[in-house]
Amino acid sequence: MSAAAAPGAAPATAAPAPARARRAAAAWGHRAAPVLLLAALVAAWQAVVTLGDVPPFLLPSPAAIVGEFAEFLPTIASAALVTGTNALVGLVIGAVVAIAAAVLASAVRAVDLLLDPVVAGLAVVPIVALAPVLYTMYGASVETGRQIVVAVAVGVPVFVNTLRGLRQVRPVHRDLMRAYAATPRQAVRAVTIPTALPFVFTGLRLASSLAVISAIVAEYFGGPRSGIGSFITTAAAGSNYARAWAYVLGGVLVGLVFYGATSAIERWGTRGVRRA
Amino acid sequence: MTAPTTAGAAAPGTPGTTAAAVQVSGVGRVFPGEGGRAVTALEHVDLTVGAGEFVSLIGPSGCGKSTLLRLIADLDSPTSGSIAVFGRPAREARLGHDYGIAFQQAGLLPWRTVRANIELPLSLHGVGRGARRERADEMLALVGLADFADHFPDQLSGGMQQRVAIARALAERPSLLLMDEPFGALDEMTRERLQSELVRICAETRAAVVFVTHSIPEAVFLSDRVVVMSARPGRIAGIVDVGLGRSGDRGDGLREDAAYFAAVTAVREALHGGAESVPSRGVETR
Repeated sequence: MSAAAAPGAAPATAAPAPARARRAAAAWGHRAAPVLLLAALVAAWQAVVTLGDVPPFLLPSPAAIVGEFAEFLPTIASAALVTGTNALVGLVIGAVVAIAAAVLASAVRAVDLLLDPVVAGLAVVPIVALAPVLYTMYGASVETGRQIVVAVAVGVPVFVNTLRGLRQVRPVHRDLMRAYAATPRQAVRAVTIPTALPFVFTGLRLASSLAVISAIVAEYFGGPRSGIGSFITTAAAGSNYARAWAYVLGGVLVGLVFYGATSAIERWGTRGVRRA
Repeated sequence: MTAPTTAGAAAPGTPGTTAAAVQVSGVGRVFPGEGGRAVTALEHVDLTVGAGEFVSLIGPSGCGKSTLLRLIADLDSPTSGSIAVFGRPAREARLGHDYGIAFQQAGLLPWRTVRANIELPLSLHGVGRGARRERADEMLALVGLADFADHFPDQLSGGMQQRVAIARALAERPSLLLMDEPFGALDEMTRERLQSELVRICAETRAAVVFVTHSIPEAVFLSDRVVVMSARPGRIAGIVDVGLGRSGDRGDGLREDAAYFAAVTAVREALHGGAESVPSRGVETR
């Protein structure tokens, strides 16, 4: 990144201690509130199932789900690992290709014109529907098909956001770079990349959730019985509803890990840029 | 360059000695319009700005004053005529970093601190870290923002941002400063304060300035000469010698001086009189 970009730390205006304490309390409140809400909802769920005598095939109780989760933890963990790996491989490949394509499209008008309809097409294709086709192409015993599904699904938001970010350079900044006779390379480093970065990261954050969802859903359409999605279908087909929910919980955790990781990377990557 | 008698203040349109900061000769700029309807933004413009001279371009919107400034800065190219900056073509002057520039929008990089923004031209041109820092400190002191070096632009008011932009424009000690309505978006009080500051800064740096504005009082207060332009097609309608004394002597008292009002009137008449009331009207003798 640009050498002179200062860390985006908050200005070092030392707040008096009571104010700081109050702010810390407020921050804690912000974090605690959703947790409390979630706890209340789970408790209500448990109460409804227990008191209302709801049959487990309609809605299993949270306690039953947690019980299954604990019992099948090793299986869930290994399934989560498989699905997470597929999502990660697809996310990285898709993002790299999409960012490269966006850079090319922003630089070369012909590429832009060429890619525009392709991306529009990809955006409307129900990509997970490709999974069965890919399984027959690459063999039903490997994860390749799933990773391709993820890469294609992820590519669209990353491409669209990156391209948009690359086009956000303000005319006054462009004039400035020209007035200073900056080389194209310098202009890209000083202005284009810092301007585009927040957009790229927005695309990546959207893509990360999409990657996990696509990886799970792709498993519904066949392929090796290895990931979270395959186990959800198996459990549900065997009327083990609480167990199916336990696997769903595993999928949620994988999604959270991805979201948290991309958010952390975003915060790190835009620490000097966030003010754009 | 230092004596108050030199160069431009005396002689509008004196054909270029090599010392002229800017020499505009027979310049025209035609923008190709929609459906073949070309727009003539500038036509037959001749202008000489002497070294150390402060010249304002004033006129109604659409008179091409900003276009003329962009041509001098080589951000755009003339369709006819030629422009020389310190005796060399505008393009070479740009590549040689001969001028500093400030726009109506401060145009600071929001992800860089005030200090890093001022250092931007220096770092682009390979000045070492120590020298950069030293120069940024000087500039921060010059524009009175030493306490805000580590702030980010969005923590500053519009007037402060514009001061940072001016500091950035001056960072490389240019002998020519190009300013495109730098105070246009500011409130009147901030504006007058920055005008006084600019007068002081110009006295200190002795840079020639081409200053685009649509404010008559601003043009008169700042300038040695005011170039009045008319629109459609953009051309120079007249040049008013203000001659209110060299930059250094101009204090806020000047704003209430009779000679100041006389010059304001002269510029206003040149603006409204169109091409007829061309020459400078002897304002300086009153």
